[in-house]
Amino acid sequence: MDLLKVENLRMYYNTIRGNVKAVDDVSFTVSTRESLGLAGESGCGKTSAALSVMRLLPSNGRIVDGAITLDGDDITKMGDKEIRQKIRWKRISMIFQGAMNALHPTYTIGHQIAEAMLEHEAINKKEALGRAGKLLEVVGIESQKTNRYPHELSGGMKQRVVTAMALACNPDLVIADEPTTALDVIVQAQVLRVMKELQSRLDLSWILITHDLSMIAETCTNAAIMYAGKIVEYGDVVPMFKEPLHPYTQKLILAFPSVIGPKMELSSIHGFPPDLLNPPKGCRFHPRCPQAMDICRTNDPPFVKSSKDQYVACHLY
Amino acid sequence: MPPILKVKKMEKNVALEVRNLVKYFPIKLGFFKSLFTKEVPYVHAVDGVNFNIRQGEIFGLVGESGCGKTTTGRCLVRLVEPTEGEVVFEGRDLLSLSLEHEVRKLRRKMQIIFQDPYESLNPRMSIYDIISEPLRIQKVAENEKEIAERVSQALEDLDLVPPEEFLYRFPHELSGGQRQRVAIARAFVLRPEFLVADEPVSMLDASIRSEVLKLLLGLQKKFHTSFLYITHDIALSRHMCDRIAVMYLGKIVEKASTDDLIGKPLHPYTQALIAAVPVPDPTARRIEIVIKGEVPSAINPPPGCRFHTRCPHAMDVCRNKEPPLVQVENNRLVACHLYGTKGSKRRKS
Repeated sequence: MDLLKVENLRMYYNTIRGNVKAVDDVSFTVSTRESLGLAGESGCGKTSAALSVMRLLPSNGRIVDGAITLDGDDITKMGDKEIRQKIRWKRISMIFQGAMNALHPTYTIGHQIAEAMLEHEAINKKEALGRAGKLLEVVGIESQKTNRYPHELSGGMKQRVVTAMALACNPDLVIADEPTTALDVIVQAQVLRVMKELQSRLDLSWILITHDLSMIAETCTNAAIMYAGKIVEYGDVVPMFKEPLHPYTQKLILAFPSVIGPKMELSSIHGFPPDLLNPPKGCRFHPRCPQAMDICRTNDPPFVKSSKDQYVACHLY
Repeated sequence: MPPILKVKKMEKNVALEVRNLVKYFPIKLGFFKSLFTKEVPYVHAVDGVNFNIRQGEIFGLVGESGCGKTTTGRCLVRLVEPTEGEVVFEGRDLLSLSLEHEVRKLRRKMQIIFQDPYESLNPRMSIYDIISEPLRIQKVAENEKEIAERVSQALEDLDLVPPEEFLYRFPHELSGGQRQRVAIARAFVLRPEFLVADEPVSMLDASIRSEVLKLLLGLQKKFHTSFLYITHDIALSRHMCDRIAVMYLGKIVEKASTDDLIGKPLHPYTQALIAAVPVPDPTARRIEIVIKGEVPSAINPPPGCRFHTRCPHAMDVCRNKEPPLVQVENNRLVACHLYGTKGSKRRKS
């Protein structure tokens, strides 16, 4: 059963120079206990898509078209108050990029975790602090540490604290935006292990937003590759990494060096991602695509289902 | 050559040799604390590092943040004054040079590329001014025409073509990848013999990263430059480097050729580091090595082996005695009590 269904989502930012089409006709689903990796380069719209799901867009951003349904209820149609009371943090929560550096320095971590519960649930402070302690244990920190301050903790610990914070109100879906970019590899592996454990223990679904495809290969069941505001390939990670279909995915996977297997030459993609104020006509990847044909320059490729649960938007298929 | 400089012996084919390099940063105490503290605490950033870089080789320095790899790189070009040690380049100890013009003369031959192209380029200088600045400081060009030619050539070498389109632009008009290429062009315009590259691509997106790396490798081959490549990404160092040294808390724990080090890491820290790197293959089944905690503080590094607090194989001896960096196999050095000095492996059962 699909927990979250995003259909034909379009999200634009109004700027002086025009509309930035940050998310343009994006569809994906997340079912229970699934982890979806949303990958792409900076500025491809992955965070904007996540913020649309959270309904936390900045004042100049708006959802232009499309539907985001959670268990059948359309989030885009809900009012702000309803979102705050029913959806945000209770059903869907988010670990923001760089959140570990945004912890309040003069409140204890227990207080900061409890804050979300007090806001959303009818419980008293003592109960909330007790639950905060339990949550810390869930992410691998001793429960006595609720009265610690952020400066007393290391980077990996702080990342666990913000993970615990996202779990405060027992959400069904957690969106993690680059949760480990500021961490060293060994600590990154520790945090990812905690996230994977939580998924099966708490029946959680994850959306993992990252630019690092290897992280998605290791932690996710499904992946969506975004380029310039569109999803170019979507499906199960195993076929996607074994036999990627879209030329962008093929190139991007080979751009990541690996410590195992034979040493291969890294692939590079010539040129730069396009300006989303004036994205190129047709397929947005065509100026950089080695296999670009005439049709790619004029027609936007539709999203088609290929074999093996893989979807791709490319005129080659 | 002035008489104060002694010629140091160096092995053949060695471009640069680092001997017992040490850098301690004193910690500034507040007024009251300084009254009651007898000894000034130090951050032991680099603590006795030895390595040499062969001519035309890319030598990788790999480690987590705070391990001292950047400080080492900066000591080599004297952007940071080391506390102790020798850096021998062309038969001279770089650190004994006290005269400004002597240092400057050697800087013509050694350059550095910094990590962040958003901070390393002066926003008020045009690309032409940025790349021509080293030529002017070093006074290597005869006239303005030669400067212009060399700047254009440097831009072409980095695939910033046509050069005229970039010459009079400013850094803010360029993308991250283009900026970093300008920074590389600035480093290569003097045709240096030795180059320190400090995480040159860590700020760039994957699709752009590999193109910059390719250009860097191409230039390295073209000018036969010796490289110190500093990175936290061991997978990337596998791709770029000929030999790799792994650093942990200011010390080198293992040094070997890239294939040996990645294929069969000996030090438990290197093993953990490699096991922790995610690989772009969802079906790969790999050994999981669970390392607890994070890197301890470099102000009071643990006694004995510095990794013993997190090491899954820690023995009693590790807590008291610091393991020396010893040769265990052909051209492999490791600092760990698990390995004997005569190539035999003593592993705890």
